[in-house]
Amino acid sequence: MADQPGAAVMEAGALEFRGAEVDLVDERRESRETVGTPFIDDPRMSCRDVNVYYSDNHAIKNVSLDIGREQVLAMIGPSGCGKSTFLRALNRMNDTIDGCRMTGEIKLDGNDIYAKDMDVVPLRALVGMVFQKPNPFPKSIFDNIAYGVRIHGLAESKSEIEGIVEHSLKRAGLWEEVNDRLHQPGTGLSGGQQQRLCIARTIAVSPEVILMDEPCSALDPIATARVEDLINELGQDYTIAIVTHSMQQAARVSQRTAYFHLGDLLEVGPTDQIFTNPIHPLTEDYITGRFG
Amino acid sequence: MGSPSLILALLGLSSVSYYLGWRRSISLAQGTVRNLHSLPGYHGLYTALWAAVPALLLLGVGVALKGPIVTNIVVSDLPREVQSLSPERLNLVVNDIRNLASGNIASQKTPGMLAAADRYIRLQGYAAIAITVAVLAMGVFCGAIAWRTIQPGKRARNSVERIILGFLMASSTIAILTTVGIVLSVLFESIRFFQAIPVTDFIFGLDWSPQMAIRADQVGASGAFGAVPLFAGTLLISFIAMVVAVPVGLMSAIYLAEYARPRVRGVVKPLLEVLAGIPTVVYGFFAALTVAPFIRGMGEQVGLDVASESALAAGLVMGIMIIPFVSSLSDDVINAVPQAMRDGAYALGATRSETIKQVVIPAALPGIVGGVLLAVSRAIGETMIVVMAAGLAANLTANPLSAVTTVTVQIVTLLTGDQEFDSPKTLAAFALGLVLFVVTLGLNVIALQVVRKYREQYE
Amino acid sequence: MAASEKSTIERVRATLARRNRAERRFKNFGRAAVLVGLVFLVLMFVNIILTGYSAFWQTFVKLPVHFDAQVIDPGGAGDPETLGSADYGALVKTSVRSLFPEVSGRRHRRDLGQLVSRGTVFQLRRMVLEDPSLVGSRAEVWVPADDDYDMLHKGNVDRTLPEADRRLSDRQIGWFDRLADDGRVESRFSATFFTAGDSREPELAGIRGAAMGSFFTLAVTLLLSFPLGVATSVYLEEFAPRNRVTALIEVNINNLAAVPSIVFGLLGLAVFINLFGLPRSAPLVGGLVLTLMTLPTIIIAGRAALKSVPPSIREAALGVGASKLQMIVHHVLPLAMPGMLTGTIIGMARALGETAPLLMIGMVAFVVDVPQSVTDAATALPVQIFLWLDSPERAFVERASAAIMVLLAFLVAMNALAIVLRRRFERRW
Repeated sequence: MADQPGAAVMEAGALEFRGAEVDLVDERRESRETVGTPFIDDPRMSCRDVNVYYSDNHAIKNVSLDIGREQVLAMIGPSGCGKSTFLRALNRMNDTIDGCRMTGEIKLDGNDIYAKDMDVVPLRALVGMVFQKPNPFPKSIFDNIAYGVRIHGLAESKSEIEGIVEHSLKRAGLWEEVNDRLHQPGTGLSGGQQQRLCIARTIAVSPEVILMDEPCSALDPIATARVEDLINELGQDYTIAIVTHSMQQAARVSQRTAYFHLGDLLEVGPTDQIFTNPIHPLTEDYITGRFG
Repeated sequence: MGSPSLILALLGLSSVSYYLGWRRSISLAQGTVRNLHSLPGYHGLYTALWAAVPALLLLGVGVALKGPIVTNIVVSDLPREVQSLSPERLNLVVNDIRNLASGNIASQKTPGMLAAADRYIRLQGYAAIAITVAVLAMGVFCGAIAWRTIQPGKRARNSVERIILGFLMASSTIAILTTVGIVLSVLFESIRFFQAIPVTDFIFGLDWSPQMAIRADQVGASGAFGAVPLFAGTLLISFIAMVVAVPVGLMSAIYLAEYARPRVRGVVKPLLEVLAGIPTVVYGFFAALTVAPFIRGMGEQVGLDVASESALAAGLVMGIMIIPFVSSLSDDVINAVPQAMRDGAYALGATRSETIKQVVIPAALPGIVGGVLLAVSRAIGETMIVVMAAGLAANLTANPLSAVTTVTVQIVTLLTGDQEFDSPKTLAAFALGLVLFVVTLGLNVIALQVVRKYREQYE
Repeated sequence: MAASEKSTIERVRATLARRNRAERRFKNFGRAAVLVGLVFLVLMFVNIILTGYSAFWQTFVKLPVHFDAQVIDPGGAGDPETLGSADYGALVKTSVRSLFPEVSGRRHRRDLGQLVSRGTVFQLRRMVLEDPSLVGSRAEVWVPADDDYDMLHKGNVDRTLPEADRRLSDRQIGWFDRLADDGRVESRFSATFFTAGDSREPELAGIRGAAMGSFFTLAVTLLLSFPLGVATSVYLEEFAPRNRVTALIEVNINNLAAVPSIVFGLLGLAVFINLFGLPRSAPLVGGLVLTLMTLPTIIIAGRAALKSVPPSIREAALGVGASKLQMIVHHVLPLAMPGMLTGTIIGMARALGETAPLLMIGMVAFVVDVPQSVTDAATALPVQIFLWLDSPERAFVERASAAIMVLLAFLVAMNALAIVLRRRFERRW
């Protein structure tokens, strides 16, 4: 149970006995309760006791976590630890998977997104998502970005759409590269360009939160650097939650970091602290490269 | 000995050869199998194959040649005036002799004919004996030679494998031979047809009444062979079928792939596929007996004049038959659209139907078009439904309530019942078959190409 | 930024009602499409069962027959020759007239004679030949009613129709009703339907001939197409070099799978019958044509089955020194066999239902005798259905429906076998 008092005690204990007797370390190593600072004031999204199951598989166990406004939260952890599953729970993308169940509560600006009367359509307009592999639609670059604007009726006129497309492409740093071929297929771009196109497509509907699921794992280092710059920049205006496999990336782009381990959220804290002074022994093992 | 018992005898011979070959190899190896290059079984097989295969080939040749040779001898003994008949008439005479010989009813029963029939039977008997002796001799001879060549160092396995590989290769050429056979048979007869009827008359003619052209001395001797009404009728019925099958098939595929829960899908999908497994004659039965009268009754209610064999009834039922075809092909291509593509649209807040209509379908479109083309080719070539539910009247009309006829219906009508093989009436069926084959082949080639391109795109 | 965000969510909300309506409409279209297919399936089955189930029963009439020695055996010698060639038709006529002594006039008497099946004559003859002591005796004999009365008894004749639109007049219906009232009419299981060949008289027609024709045809098809199909798929999948010839063969097979079946019929007519001189209407030719038609199906299924055998097994076999053919025969083929058999059964099921090519090669003849070999003139089950449907008698339609039920039962059994095979032997590597 990751209720607040328990976590606080654990944190105090952890600080006190850091580096003490081996058996105590072992005991802490076995603990699956969240340590650090999962909760903050005035969060954009707040999750409480979230459990996600894939038919029989308990993928996310009792995770409670806040995501702050206009900042980047990185989620790290070994493969199969459930961080992507958790991310997909934040805009109910898990609904599209058969046999996926969820319990607990996730609130966006105080509204429960799993409430009965909540419609996923406006929710996903507010909580956009960028995927691991760039997935442009088999349409032109222009139509890729205009798609969300059109389906949501966000623009009154053609010129307004054009304005939004240009603005989004500029924000995504892609305008210079593609403004002369807006009507060519989006699938013809390079991998890095495609991923920035997908980011532009997401910002075009002006969401409040952007979820990113390992957005750079399919990209080369140069393209990765460009996307990371973009995330840094967007972090000033948007709330971003990013799942990443690379600790360096988490360190470069995020303000807060959450460490997931086999479905449990073990530790949350300011990125600097997690990478320099982790509390949970398993976090430390992961950071120092003993597994992962 | 008849062919079946001869084949059985050969099987027996080759079993014996197997045993002898096996024995010889073991005795040559002095009881130590290690001394042999190949296992004894391979030596046995080697002997057995040699005993059976050449003899079987000889049997095939013998059976193929027996008929023509015997017939030729019988014909050469017929009176002069009979021999000087035209080939068609002579053919009739020969048929009568054959019928007499096998105890069937023949049109003429003169003493001369009876004598010829007796001769025919006798010659057949000689030929059968000759073949039996030759085949068995061939089997024993080849088997014995193979048996003699067995040596411990003989690569019997390699030889056997080569023979088997040869058989495999020969089998795989059957596909090509079939195509060649189809092309040659329809082309050859079509060319004969076009010698009598100009190609342009056939392809552009608006009048189809082949029933007139039975004999040259009759009134209206040259029947009309303008196939345009048939093409139009075929297209009309296929069009109606596609109007039913494409939306229904596509929407069912979409519903089952994107909406239905796995359990519903698990039940409904096989049920829809049952539609594909029902023989076409059953659809024809249903169309002719239930749907056509129903449509006619409906038409009477609203004061429309509906033919009892309306294009609508045939097209409708044909459409239902093609639904599972369209839906399973669409299902394949819809499932081949990567989930990432859907996720991209969902993540932007698109509803399911928006995702399907604007992302999935456009992405799957080439595949769906390919599937629809295959379905069209199927509708054009479908026979039983139209034979049973569409008419014979070659009306050139676009009215779905009237009776039309199709290419396949005419092929069946022209080739069933009494036929002389050389009249333009019979040959016309092959010309129609040629058109049918070329059109469906074209559609298939294009469709398979489109579908393959589409698959490669997502692999 | 904040202001525009607010307007975003408001704008999205504004479109929601319309978009959700569109969503529901689309989903309902999908539901409706699925329903159309299912409803049609159910309609067709119900329709066929309702028209056809009664064909498994047949109406019999009890006749008081006097095996009059004067008619059958005037000489009293009792030799089979005389007994066999006697005028049993006269016996039938006398028997029926004895039930309705009041009927007079040539026409009416003739109608009366058609109350029972024409087969009655043969039935009486058979009885006498089996037991000559019957001569001179009287017996009550159950004989099949004529098909028109059979239909009447089964309720398939609308008595409210004007007399002129019916096949039976009011008077004839009256006769039959009187027989029924006298307890002389009975419905019995129709063994004839399963044991007889075709006939011009619906009440004497059965599916045995057609079923045997189908059996011989399929036997030829199976014997040829299975080995050829397996051989071709093994060659293409395991041995064929990747060159143009192979590619051509592959394209060819895929295209043949989509060639209309009637074209195969044309091939059969032109090549097997006219060129090779094989007999018309024979199951042998039908089997050859259907072999060419089903081969692509079997080859495609066979190749898929071979592909699904993992390379590790091949490598293991080659690793212990097996030759390529040994590896295939000992290891790959046994593992691929369930898949190949499934494909073959499905191909056979399709061949069983195929009609059009058989029409081309003359298997539509009216064949009374049950065929005894692959070269006898024969027809096939689906063709028999087609033939019966073409006949004007209502009773043939009933029999056609019943034949469809038998055909579908075979198809269901074959497909079920294929599914069981697949389930039982399906392996995921």
